[in-house]
Amino acid sequence: MSNAHLLKPTFGNHMRENAIFYALLLLGTFIMIGPFVWMMSTALKVPGDQFDQRLIPQEITLDNFSNAWQLMEFRHLVWNSFKIAALSTIGQLITCSMGAFVFAVVKFRGREALFVLLLATLMIPAQMTVIPQFLIFRWLGLYGTAAPLYLPAFLGGAFGVFLLRQYFRTIPMDLMDAARLDGASLLSIWWRIYLPLARPALAALAIFAFMSSWNDLFTALIYLPSDLEKTTLPVGLSLFQRLYRAEWTIMMAAVLISVTPIMIAFFFVQRQFIAGIAMTGVK
Amino acid sequence: MTFLPNIRLECGVMQVDGMTPKGRERFWTGVLLTPTMLGLGLGVLGSIFATLWLGFYDWDLFTAPEWVGLENYTDLPGDRRFMQSLRVTTLFSAIYVPGTVILSIAIALLLNRHVVGKSLFRLFFFLPVVTSPVAVGLVWSWIYSRDQGLLNNMLSTVGMDPVYWLGRDMALYSVVVVNIWGAVGEGMIIFLAGLQAIPKNLYEAAMLDGASRSKQFWRITLPLLIPSIFFQVILSTINAFQAFDYVYVLTSTQGGGSTMPTLVFNLYREGFKFFRMGDAAAQAVVLAGIIMVLTLIYNQLQKRWG
Repeated sequence: MSNAHLLKPTFGNHMRENAIFYALLLLGTFIMIGPFVWMMSTALKVPGDQFDQRLIPQEITLDNFSNAWQLMEFRHLVWNSFKIAALSTIGQLITCSMGAFVFAVVKFRGREALFVLLLATLMIPAQMTVIPQFLIFRWLGLYGTAAPLYLPAFLGGAFGVFLLRQYFRTIPMDLMDAARLDGASLLSIWWRIYLPLARPALAALAIFAFMSSWNDLFTALIYLPSDLEKTTLPVGLSLFQRLYRAEWTIMMAAVLISVTPIMIAFFFVQRQFIAGIAMTGVK
Repeated sequence: MTFLPNIRLECGVMQVDGMTPKGRERFWTGVLLTPTMLGLGLGVLGSIFATLWLGFYDWDLFTAPEWVGLENYTDLPGDRRFMQSLRVTTLFSAIYVPGTVILSIAIALLLNRHVVGKSLFRLFFFLPVVTSPVAVGLVWSWIYSRDQGLLNNMLSTVGMDPVYWLGRDMALYSVVVVNIWGAVGEGMIIFLAGLQAIPKNLYEAAMLDGASRSKQFWRITLPLLIPSIFFQVILSTINAFQAFDYVYVLTSTQGGGSTMPTLVFNLYREGFKFFRMGDAAAQAVVLAGIIMVLTLIYNQLQKRWG
C-alpha cells in the first residue's frame, strides 16, 4: 500500500489493538457456539453424568441417540417435516419463478404498481392472515392434515418473486427476442431459458423455503394434531420437552439429531444463502 | 426469519422495460401470473379484509358469529392478559431492537477487517439463524434450568444463590438474550453488505488527511451505514413484535400460559386454544397497526436523516 508509512508510528498500538480485537472475536464465537458445543457434550454423556461440568465426558456413550430415536418416533417426525418442507420448496420454486418471470420481462399496464403492492405485503405481519386462512382450511376439511402447511407455497410469495425477479432481470433480453422469433411460447421460454439460467437464484430460494418450512413451529401447532406420529420435528421436540423434562442427555441427543441435516445442508449452500440475505438488505 | 426488501430504494431503480405480449403470449402471461395473483388477492389482501371484518364479531367456531361492533377493540384495555402481553412485548422490543442492531454492527466491523479464518467466524455467528429455534431453544432451556442448569451450576461454584432464570421476574431478560443471540448473525450479513458498499477511497483520503480511526468511524462509516441501520431497525422491530418460537419453548407453563406472554403468544392462545376468533382478529389488527405505525415513523426519520 502506498500510504503504509503513515501506519508506522502507531505500530505498537496496532499490536495491542489486534490482541483486543481477537479477544473480542473469540469471546463472541464462544457465546455463539457455546450452546452447540454444550449440546454435543451432553448428548454423549451417561444419563447420571448430566450435571458433570466437564466438556469432554468421562464416559462416552451413544445410547442417548438410540433412546431418543425410539422415544420420539423420529422416523415419523423426520418424514413429516421432510415431506412438508420438500412440497413447500417445490411449490415456491414453480410459482414464484412464474410470477417473477412475468414481472421481469413482460410489459403490461399497472405492472409497477402491482409489484410495489406485492412487495408492500412483506410488511404485513403473518398474524394478519393466519386466522382467515385457518378458517378456510378448516372449512375445506383440511384441519388436522399437513396440507395447510404446504399448499400456501403453491400460491407464490412476495419474497421469492422479488428475489427471482432481480435475477431474471440480469438475463439479456436478446435471448428472449431470439426465442420469440423462432416462435417459442412464453411458457417454453420460462421453462427452457430462464429457469436453467437462474439456477443460483433458484438454489437460494430453495434453501430459504426449505429451512423456513423445516423450522416452522407456529403453523404446525395450529393445524396438526399433537401426537408424535402426525406432527413435525419442532412440535415433536417441544412435546418431548414436556414429557421428559429432566432427561437432558436424551433430549440433547434428540436435538442433535434434529439439527444435523439442516446444518449439513447449510454448510454446502452457505454462499447462496448468505448472498440471498445480503441481497434483501442492499439493492 | 422475516425478510423485507428495501422498497424505497427498489422503486428508485425500477425501469419500465420488457416485451409487449402479442396474441397467445397474453394468454401465457395470464397463466404464469395466476398463482402469484391468487396468493396476493386471496392469501394476503383477502385475508386482511377478512381479519378486519372478523374483528367486529364474536365467534367461537361452533355457534353462529354475532356482530358486536367495536366491542372486541374497546374490551382490549380492560383485558388483563392482552395488556400484560402488550407491556411484555414493548419492553422486549425496547431491549431487543437496539441490542440486535448494535451487536450486529460490532460483529460486522470485527469481521470486515483482515481476519484469519474469516469465513469460519462468519459461519459460527450465522449458525443460530439456520438452526431450528425450537431445537436450540431447548439447549437454552437447559442452560437456564433452575436446579440443574449450566448457569446456576456456575453461580453455585462461586457460592451464589441460584437464579430462577425463566421465572416471572427474569424470563423477559433471559428470553431477550436468546432472541438477540439468534438474530445477530442475520444482522451481521446486512451490515457486512453495507460496509462493503462504502467506497474504499474515502478511507484512503481520510488517512492521508490524518483522520484517526475513531474519526473515520464517526465521519465515514456510520453516516454511510444509515440505510442499513434503518433497514435492520425495521426488520428487528417486526421480529420483536412477532416473537414466538423461543418464547413458546422457553417460557410455556403447565397450564398453557407463559412466564413471558408476548402478543403473538397471547394471540395464539386466544385464537387457537380458546377459539375466540373475534378477539384474536382484533388483537392481530392492533399488532399489525403497531408495526405499521413504527415502520412509518422510521421511514419518516430516514427521509430526514438518510
